[in-house]
Amino acid sequence: MKKVVKKVLFLCLWLALLMLLQQTSILSNTLKLILQYIAIYSIMVLGINIINGYLGIFSLAHAGIMAIGGYASSLISMYLLKAPIFFPINLLLGGFVGMGVGLIIALPSFTVKGDYLAIITLGFSLLVQSLLQNIDAIGASRGLRPIPKNTNIFWVGLTLFLAIFLVKRFIGSKYGRSLLAIRSDSVAAELVSVDVKRTKLIAFGLSSFLISIAGGLICHLLSYTNPGAYGYSLIIEGLIMVYLGGIGSITGSILGATIWQILVETLRFIGMWRWILGAVILISLMIFKPTGLFGNKEISVKWLRTIYTNVAQKLTHKKGGRV
Amino acid sequence: MSMYLQQLINLIQLGSIYALLAIGFSIVYGIARLVNFAHGPIFMVSTYLIFYFATFMYTVTSNSWVVYACSLPFAIIFTSLLAVVIEKIAYRPLRGGPIVALVVSSVGVGMILEYGVLLLIGPVPKRMPVLIKDIPFMIGDAKISLASIVIIIVAIISMILLSLFINHTRTGVALRAVSQDPIAASFMGISRSLIISVAFILGAVMATIGASLYTTIYFTFAPYMGDRVNWYSFIAAVIGGIGNIKGAVLGGFLLAALNVVGAMVLPVSTYKDVLVFAVLIIVLLLKPTGLLGKKIIEKV
Repeated sequence: MKKVVKKVLFLCLWLALLMLLQQTSILSNTLKLILQYIAIYSIMVLGINIINGYLGIFSLAHAGIMAIGGYASSLISMYLLKAPIFFPINLLLGGFVGMGVGLIIALPSFTVKGDYLAIITLGFSLLVQSLLQNIDAIGASRGLRPIPKNTNIFWVGLTLFLAIFLVKRFIGSKYGRSLLAIRSDSVAAELVSVDVKRTKLIAFGLSSFLISIAGGLICHLLSYTNPGAYGYSLIIEGLIMVYLGGIGSITGSILGATIWQILVETLRFIGMWRWILGAVILISLMIFKPTGLFGNKEISVKWLRTIYTNVAQKLTHKKGGRV
Repeated sequence: MSMYLQQLINLIQLGSIYALLAIGFSIVYGIARLVNFAHGPIFMVSTYLIFYFATFMYTVTSNSWVVYACSLPFAIIFTSLLAVVIEKIAYRPLRGGPIVALVVSSVGVGMILEYGVLLLIGPVPKRMPVLIKDIPFMIGDAKISLASIVIIIVAIISMILLSLFINHTRTGVALRAVSQDPIAASFMGISRSLIISVAFILGAVMATIGASLYTTIYFTFAPYMGDRVNWYSFIAAVIGGIGNIKGAVLGGFLLAALNVVGAMVLPVSTYKDVLVFAVLIIVLLLKPTGLLGKKIIEKV
């Protein structure tokens, strides 16, 4: 009971903070924009992490899913439910559309393994992109505009909160543990009666849902979108953020997105060099810490405390050591 | 009739280029178990190398055959060096770790090459000087260019040389042994590191030959073209069965056929990408390891 109260209290505080940021001009507009980018990409990375991190499948479908989610919710708010009140509903609808497609992508993962699955998902992403480029009814390669500019820091923050909550609950549930079992060994997992197909379906569904919502948010933030945004570079950027933060870690996902977005935004003055810097960081990370900065650990007060006590112990026992 | 002959030659020349690229991709995969996202960028770098050597050679001589015969080996040497250096720095420290780390590292290498060229040379597309002189001649009423015949011949010669190398030299046998069973191969005294370097060199050589032929057809090239080439070679290699050289050739020709026939049949030519991906997905759903791929038996 106490836990629930704590959580509700935290949510209220979070909402109040968001309202404060939204209504007042404490933050400059650029800073607000960067914060929104960070939060939106965090949601996307959380989604990718369910498949690439927790389930351990190397999937490249996120660009296609994000495109579908973004296009679906943008089209709904452009033509069907135009009023800004419907924005959350539009986002959810876009999320469900993406989720449906995600469930279809999960089907090949039953039989196809490893690198072949990677190419199927890559093929899917590029297929979606070239379809969007060719269908004239939704703007072809000109894209969609103007999409109502409904995204603001309040909605983004609330969605991020809900996404973290959802993923945390999911990972802690029976299915979350099944996910980890499948990652370690899918055949052995099946032998101890983990329903592999069902778990994969649920994981792909949830992952695609989150990625689609992130797509919807970013479309409504920029108020335009075009197929070019959902290509090879988005695939690679998604991978970078996931593997930067840590595969299989919620806080790692958010940190990965934060670090990458801050790098990209603050290093604008060095122009193209930031991409090379990013690549160097990525390669050195893979060499020295291949599971990402935080691996599958979560940052929490407890974790910080153990680190603190460890360091303190080391400092006090520096000379001589214990007898 | 003449149109079909022309399209057929188109198909064969495109197919042989895709096949070369897919072979390079496939060899690297077979030996190092790496889905090499840096293959396309290496191809792109090699086009720039060929460009600079060829422009330099044209200041010395005006004979295009001499230019081609000199600039290709130069470019091959430099791209091979590049491939070896990349392997030493970015892939070797990762060996034995998770495979995904290797793939992500190759993504990083691809980015460095792409943005490196963008920074050093700039985004403006360049135009390749003539490498293989185009003398059109007629068969019946079909106009056929000599260049496409030369392209096909060069591609076939390089494939024959490669198969001789793989089947009849000590290194080639070692290469096959490592791809079959790395652990057993190392018991036989084969240095895996050396063979992996050889695989990367072969991949780079195939990419460079492919690049010289590719730019003979299309002339213009830009830093961003690596991405497209990368997934085209990836798709060709996977359709045929990744790690299998015959499969890569088959996949390359299949991809070219889809492109050429797609452009003829489809109402809008940009739909041919959709066709390519759709076929790829269908092939993999029906035969999850590609057309000529071996079935993987999973052990617990």
